[in-house]
Amino acid sequence: MSTTYVPRPGSAPWHRKVYSHAVMEFRLLLRNGEQLLLALVIPLGLLLLLGGTGLGDRLPLGDGPAVDLAVPRVLALAVLSTSFTSLAIATGFERRYGVIKRLGASPLSRTGLLAGKIGSVLAIQVIQLAVLIGAGFALGWNPVGGAAAVFGVLLMVLCGTAAFASLGLLMAGVLRAEATLAAANLLYLLLLVGGAIMTPVEEYPEGLQGVVRLLPSAALANGLANSTLEGVVPWAAALSLALWAGVLGYLVSRTFRWD
Amino acid sequence: MEIDNLVVRYGEKAAVDGLSLTVTGGTVTSVLGPNGAGKTTTVESCEGFRRPDSGQVRVLGLDPIADHDKLMPRIGVMLQEGGAWSGVRALEMLRYVASLHVHPLDLPALIERLDLGTCGRTPYRRLSGGQKQRLSLAMAIVGRPEIVFLDEPTTGLDPHGRREIWQLIRDLRDDGVTVVLTTHAMDEAEQLSDQVHVVSAGKVIASGTPDVLTEHGAKSLEDVYLALTARESK
Repeated sequence: MSTTYVPRPGSAPWHRKVYSHAVMEFRLLLRNGEQLLLALVIPLGLLLLLGGTGLGDRLPLGDGPAVDLAVPRVLALAVLSTSFTSLAIATGFERRYGVIKRLGASPLSRTGLLAGKIGSVLAIQVIQLAVLIGAGFALGWNPVGGAAAVFGVLLMVLCGTAAFASLGLLMAGVLRAEATLAAANLLYLLLLVGGAIMTPVEEYPEGLQGVVRLLPSAALANGLANSTLEGVVPWAAALSLALWAGVLGYLVSRTFRWD
Repeated sequence: MEIDNLVVRYGEKAAVDGLSLTVTGGTVTSVLGPNGAGKTTTVESCEGFRRPDSGQVRVLGLDPIADHDKLMPRIGVMLQEGGAWSGVRALEMLRYVASLHVHPLDLPALIERLDLGTCGRTPYRRLSGGQKQRLSLAMAIVGRPEIVFLDEPTTGLDPHGRREIWQLIRDLRDDGVTVVLTTHAMDEAEQLSDQVHVVSAGKVIASGTPDVLTEHGAKSLEDVYLALTARESK
């Protein structure tokens, strides 16, 4: 039987395209060793070091048991690594290899591409959260706040993902792939030490606190810490992240190109 | 498909400079021209990648940029190079593209036809040039498009591979698919095309059926092309 090529065009339903794309990116990411290092090995290693060796008691993490202080901050780092660093690097190389162009000539659409990418990021984050929270409990993590804390953590993960994914996509849209690779890793390191991810804003020199507090990394990490240490829903941090997401998302929409 | 007085500039330089051409449905149309003549830019304007500085492009009655989401499911595009993740397996990529369409071609038959079975689990970066070309062509037609744009579809293929692709292009046309191809292979254009357009310095300098352009076979298309483009380049 010979195949017929008689035209019968049509786009798959939006949700199926998004699902296909998310699954595709998720699988490619799992196949990529460096990305897994960034997503799991570094945050897990830090958590074990800070929460399991006594090192955390000698570093400026704040007041309280080291593991309780370390878990929310390591969760913030995990969100940053996946939604920003991994996404920026992967998207930069997609542009380099003509994948973005190929998808631009497919029925996927911009919203489908974006939603698929966010879907794959969230799927990776589910694994990261499960591993890090599991390791936290094994080290004796004792979060407070019950339902409010759970809601706060989810709110922070979603708002943080929106803000940092926008930043990653912006970077991948305006820089060359190699420059994106370098800049995304550099910014990850800078925010890790200088962006109030691992150290609370209050531990910074007075003159810097005002600036550091405005960074999305500070909002994310402090919001997560407030949720699990005090059991409050971090609305102010959510607002800060939403504003970052709005501004950066607007810039992404202005600079996005299919090639 | 209609292109009317298209101008596309990169900075100061006009890559396409007042180009007009019409493609009739259900035909094979070749766009020939020297490197840098504006072939790829013209095709990319039809695919929505280039914004015209002036003039108009209509594909299936749609504007490739403003009606992007409506047009894309209806066309198939074979890029000149790249277009896949370096770590993706050949058939994984094809299945993914197929899943974006509502009535994709029967995959086993397509895989067999384009001889992709043996390299199905090979990561894209390790495919040979010919395998990449055949995968790229498969991705262009898997969604059962009305128009396919093929940018140098047989570059890097061995003679058997070329003949198979030629036959596939004929089969597409016979089933009612409109084919627009750019090529440097004059025999390819002569064998396949219903209509040929020669582009030079961003303009169409000659159009016609291969039969008319070669004066009913009195000259070869290559000689006609060389004469046309030599005169133009002075």
